[in-house]
Amino acid sequence: MSPSAFPASAAIAGVYEHPSRFSPNKTEFQIMAECAKGALDDAGLTRSDVDGLFGASMSMGLMGIVDLAEYLDLRPDYMDGTNIGGSSFVAHVTHAAAAIHAGLCEVALILYGSTAASNSMAIGTGGSGGSRNPDTAFFSPYGMTTVGSYAMYANLHMNTYGTTSEQLAEIAVTMRRHALLNPHAKMRSPISTDDVLGSRMISRPLHLLDCCIISDGGGAIVLTSAERARDLPKPPVRILGCGEAVQHQGVGRSDLLTIAAKQSGQNAFNMAQVQRSDIDFAMIYDSFTITVLATLENLGFCEPGEGGNFVSQGGISLDGMLPVNPDGGGLSSNHPGMRGIFLVIEAVKQLRQECGERQVSNPEIALAHGTGGTIGDKHSGATLILGVDK
Amino acid sequence: MNEIKHPLPYASWESRGFWEGAGRGDLVLQQCRKCGLVQHRPRGLCAHCLESDNLEHFVASGKGEVYTFTVTEQNQAKGFAEACPYVMAYVTLEEGPRILTVITDCAPDEVSVGAPVRASFVAQDRDDGERFAVPVFRLD
Repeated sequence: MSPSAFPASAAIAGVYEHPSRFSPNKTEFQIMAECAKGALDDAGLTRSDVDGLFGASMSMGLMGIVDLAEYLDLRPDYMDGTNIGGSSFVAHVTHAAAAIHAGLCEVALILYGSTAASNSMAIGTGGSGGSRNPDTAFFSPYGMTTVGSYAMYANLHMNTYGTTSEQLAEIAVTMRRHALLNPHAKMRSPISTDDVLGSRMISRPLHLLDCCIISDGGGAIVLTSAERARDLPKPPVRILGCGEAVQHQGVGRSDLLTIAAKQSGQNAFNMAQVQRSDIDFAMIYDSFTITVLATLENLGFCEPGEGGNFVSQGGISLDGMLPVNPDGGGLSSNHPGMRGIFLVIEAVKQLRQECGERQVSNPEIALAHGTGGTIGDKHSGATLILGVDK
Repeated sequence: MNEIKHPLPYASWESRGFWEGAGRGDLVLQQCRKCGLVQHRPRGLCAHCLESDNLEHFVASGKGEVYTFTVTEQNQAKGFAEACPYVMAYVTLEEGPRILTVITDCAPDEVSVGAPVRASFVAQDRDDGERFAVPVFRLD
């Protein structure tokens, strides 16, 4: 790939994950601003270098990106408030790289912040209660919840392929084992498959410990041209491939088991010109245990229906064939509602070999896949393949 | 276990045919006269032809089978919290489209993927003159 071609022409120069998991005395924008400072410091840049602003959150509405620019007193040349759910920030990296490649900006800042935990948000089980919106009238009368949608996917997967609750539990246990190595992780005591299977049922077949936690948090990513990134203090992380996709009920005939990751992943692999076996570790949005299994299959790391065996044979463990979420993921480290930014941040830190006890051994190529919305209903997918600079 | 108190559905001109049909005890779907597409949920035009003039409503059989389901044990929303556990499901209708619904009048353990089901209609108590009902499904 030519260094001047998209997407190699842009690189990630700095990242920052907010260490707090509970911030009752901070606002969402305040968390985003603290993260901006952290990522710019990491990149060896200052706020006056920023000419591209990207961001999303659960409360930023119409013109939210303009509100964010005002809060930071920034006047960027390029802005993008794309919100496609939790995968937004993975997509923002693609959009920022494209903008840098096109010469529309040179230093792009991507921001996320949330006070979901301190606001006591019931993200998964708040239900879709009363609604006067004709568009939601086709699910609000039926008690659709986020976890219920994923549970219907899980049940179909079990019926189609014989996947078991024990196999799903193995994913939660692995994420918790990884979290024990992450000093910032919210959940820091070990669990067993029996603990997962014995935890209260939320929406069959998903138990409490099949569901991600709810935390506060935030993060930031700084991108610039690959050329400029080489002169900055941290080793640049290159973008090798990217893809975005959407999946939904359409006119009522979608194959529920095919998720957006299939399309976005294939596009990213085609662009990167790498094989599944070249990926040293993966950051996969783990809103629920089933999300990981569905994503592994749809990205092509195993055949449809083989996800259960893949995880129960230790495939996603730190020492496994494809280490997944060394930080402990949304199941055990942090999940403030839209987790996509942490997938990229951890991938970058791992590729820079800054992760201490949870460090994957000498990684060169990583994949990050974010899911936004709900599989089993409608959702977006965004995939990035990232690599060390060579 | 209490019965679900379904939030009242509200209709636009695009979806009125469905909800009025349900009020008469009919499951109403849309078909494009031009390309033959049967679509759900309803729209003001055929989603494939993108033309508004060829769409007609018809009364479907009300029969289908369970595509997948979940037994909801926790939902904090009013009308559902008291009704847990309840069975939320996708039903594939005989005419092709899939519909989100609840399976009622049975124990959750009686429901299985592929089980034949038939629509029934829960009348709504409302004060705006609409005679809508919420289609739910029972094991057939």
